[in-house]
Amino acid sequence: MSINILMPALSPTMTEGKLAKWHVKEGDMVKSGQVVCEIETDKATMEVEAVDEGKVGKIVVPEGTEGVKVNAVIAVLLEEGETEVKGGAPAAAPAKVEPAPPQASSGPRASGSPKSPSEPEARGPEKHERIFASPLAKRIAAEKGVDLAGVHGSGPNGRIVKADVENAKPGAAPAAAPKAAPKPASAPAQPIVTAPGDQRIPHTPVRKVIARRMLESKQTVPHFYLTVEFEIDALLAARAAINEVARKKDARVSVNDMVIKACAKALRDHPECNASWTEDEMVLYGAVDISVAVATDRGLITPIVRNADMKGVAQISIEMKDLAARAKTGKLKLEEFQGGGFTISNLGMFGVRHFGAIINPPQAMILAVGAGEERVVARKGEMVIRNMMSCTLAVDHRVVDGAMGAQFLQTLRAYIEQPAAMLV
Amino acid sequence: MADTSFDIIVVGGGPGGYVAAIRAAQLGLKTAVVEREHMGGICLNWGCIPTKALLRTSEVYGLIKHADAYGLSVKDVSYDPKKIVERSRKVANQLSNGVSMLMRKNKITVFDGTAKLAGAGKLAVAMKDKTNQTLTYKNLIIATGARARNLPGLEADGKLVWTYKEAMVPPEFPKSLLVVGSGAIGIEFASFYRTMGAEVTVCEVVDRILPVEDEEVSAFAKRAFEKQGMKIFTGATVSLKKGANNVTATIKVGDKTQEITVDRVISAVGIVGNVENLGLEGTKVKVEKTHIVIDQWGFTGEPNVYAIGDVAGPPWLAHKAMHEGVLVVEKIAGVKGVHPMNTANIPGCTYCQPQVASIGLTEKAAKEKGLQIKVGKFPFIGNGKAIALGEPEGFVKTIFDAKTGELLGAHMIGAEVTELIQGYSIAKTLETTEAELMATVFPHPTLSEMMHESVLAAYGRTLHI
Repeated sequence: MSINILMPALSPTMTEGKLAKWHVKEGDMVKSGQVVCEIETDKATMEVEAVDEGKVGKIVVPEGTEGVKVNAVIAVLLEEGETEVKGGAPAAAPAKVEPAPPQASSGPRASGSPKSPSEPEARGPEKHERIFASPLAKRIAAEKGVDLAGVHGSGPNGRIVKADVENAKPGAAPAAAPKAAPKPASAPAQPIVTAPGDQRIPHTPVRKVIARRMLESKQTVPHFYLTVEFEIDALLAARAAINEVARKKDARVSVNDMVIKACAKALRDHPECNASWTEDEMVLYGAVDISVAVATDRGLITPIVRNADMKGVAQISIEMKDLAARAKTGKLKLEEFQGGGFTISNLGMFGVRHFGAIINPPQAMILAVGAGEERVVARKGEMVIRNMMSCTLAVDHRVVDGAMGAQFLQTLRAYIEQPAAMLV
Repeated sequence: MADTSFDIIVVGGGPGGYVAAIRAAQLGLKTAVVEREHMGGICLNWGCIPTKALLRTSEVYGLIKHADAYGLSVKDVSYDPKKIVERSRKVANQLSNGVSMLMRKNKITVFDGTAKLAGAGKLAVAMKDKTNQTLTYKNLIIATGARARNLPGLEADGKLVWTYKEAMVPPEFPKSLLVVGSGAIGIEFASFYRTMGAEVTVCEVVDRILPVEDEEVSAFAKRAFEKQGMKIFTGATVSLKKGANNVTATIKVGDKTQEITVDRVISAVGIVGNVENLGLEGTKVKVEKTHIVIDQWGFTGEPNVYAIGDVAGPPWLAHKAMHEGVLVVEKIAGVKGVHPMNTANIPGCTYCQPQVASIGLTEKAAKEKGLQIKVGKFPFIGNGKAIALGEPEGFVKTIFDAKTGELLGAHMIGAEVTELIQGYSIAKTLETTEAELMATVFPHPTLSEMMHESVLAAYGRTLHI
């Protein structure tokens, strides 16, 4: 009996993805555990392993196909003795495939949407396409024109109930979006007329996610901004000294690695800033996990340095290099970029002096780091030259008030301007 | 030395308290209950359960008196009040012992005493054996329940003017009785004593009996009781003058006054929460109208102190207290997917003859909310089983949102409706619409077919009338 390979759900919120690449072709024998294809989804490319053995009888979904629905048949395996796919209709028992490496259990924090930890996920990764909704919720959704696939269920086991649909907007966004988030404008108000030489490039999944999350953040998170200038001569000196030692470990610590460590220490001192807003309660994170914005050809991604407050800068540096390298090739695991309590975005290397960043929801803060440069400053009535670095903290005012944000920056200043404090 | 330190201590061993304790124990929390009188609380000992035992007696007695209608000849029917009360007490004791057994089974420590908050995380217990204990808790659940309200001029004396408690264990049954208040408690006693042969008068201060029920149910119940020989005054105020072994009541309705003399009076004019002597003074626990103010998770505002059940406000129903107990404990224990209670989905039952059961909005309340509604009604007379039972009186009424098909409310009066209402409770909890109810197969012949017919009636599709 032939076995269907189905499009796997690589994350709890995934409803569709792009079949990026086939590693096998029709006629190939596959073994359990062998990588058969790559799926591109919310920010990552994941390799998919076969669970069953057999010969690839038919590749149903060709390479490069976008918007492949979760649980759609993507290929058919023939078992021993079978020679062809019968009847064309994929009627056989579905074969299990699992993402490789297996996805770590993703708690509410990893889901990337600001929801209460006590709320169950709308749909688990293993669930079928069936949407659990009460009859009344279905009726109201039909009347309002709400797509239930985009509604977060608050009922038992994530069942969609009346209240969820009443709060939803018609044509609600995919399930990954929080229910309160308005649908991102899919087309500008004015139609864009293309002329010869113009191009229309379809969005990649990564682009869509960036667009959706940034729009959601700017529209629903009340940002305010605090700008400070740090004197980093001591930091640069410390970095040079550290690198003398760290060279033995093949590590080369960057200013950004030092900033990661300083932010992590400051967050440990200000747990109220390492937090997320949800409708019912504030979620304070126990671990200090720092997301670091990495630019890639495919778009922005924010891999996470976990427990950064407890790691040495050399260790942070080694991890960051590995994460950044894999981010650029799209090989990050889900748990390596989903979650985090605070984000650092550094455009200093491009000579940007100062900028404001958009908060990475459901986090409450993002630090925009500008270039370190020599500037003339006044010290004790004298003009002197110091290495200065401007940083702008963007803050979710629902979570952190102005003074709290300022106090966080004071603590951060202490660590950056006296790096020895990070060792205390 | 017994353990004195607990994850959860529940003050009060009534249906809210003991259920909360069991759920806590199931979740692996070290749990204790402090009970000042008897496990099971009012519900088991002086409320729901013993009254159901009494009402069963009156139901059987009523049937026997009408034996002829069923083709039976029964002569010289009589009863022994002492035995009736004995049976009721036996039932209560059996269940109270059952609760104590459940506490042991779940390894819940029970302290027989009166508890008082004694600073953060501490509870002072004056034990029945005159010793004093100080317990420490991580979380406290106040489930002290409620008691009968004493209105000035209607104060119960336990002899001539009774509360539910004396009415449940009378040395002898009164020949004539005045019941003040026509909520569930008052009406159940009125129904019981009327069926047992007493002259019963009911006075209700608002304009209808069973005031929380749908207006049509109130009207139907009034007619049914009057047919049984009950006298009912609505919009009535009462003043009492006690004699040696009787009471003269002056009933005032509008401008008219009337005097009646009765053997006994039952005062059933509502309840007040048991909030006294709990050491709430100086804490953040807020008391309004004798009830503790809580949020949707039972939280009082005082760190780690919760309240559930009657003491935390209406509806004053054991099943509401139990459900609240479970949800508060689960919230404390961090169980995922706990939902606040939706009061629109709590059914209410009154075990008078005919029985009354309801859930959700009344027709009037639905209209007042500005909802467009569809109302279906089906009478017992159209139901085969009801006719066969010899119970052709009553109806089932359903109210739907005309736009969405949401079942907004259901109201029933008639035989066994208290056992039927759960069908609509499930329907409401699952958020079914009229479509699923219409598509449901109800067994024939049962009274439940009326629940189906009522839904069909709301959409002009009823089959059997």
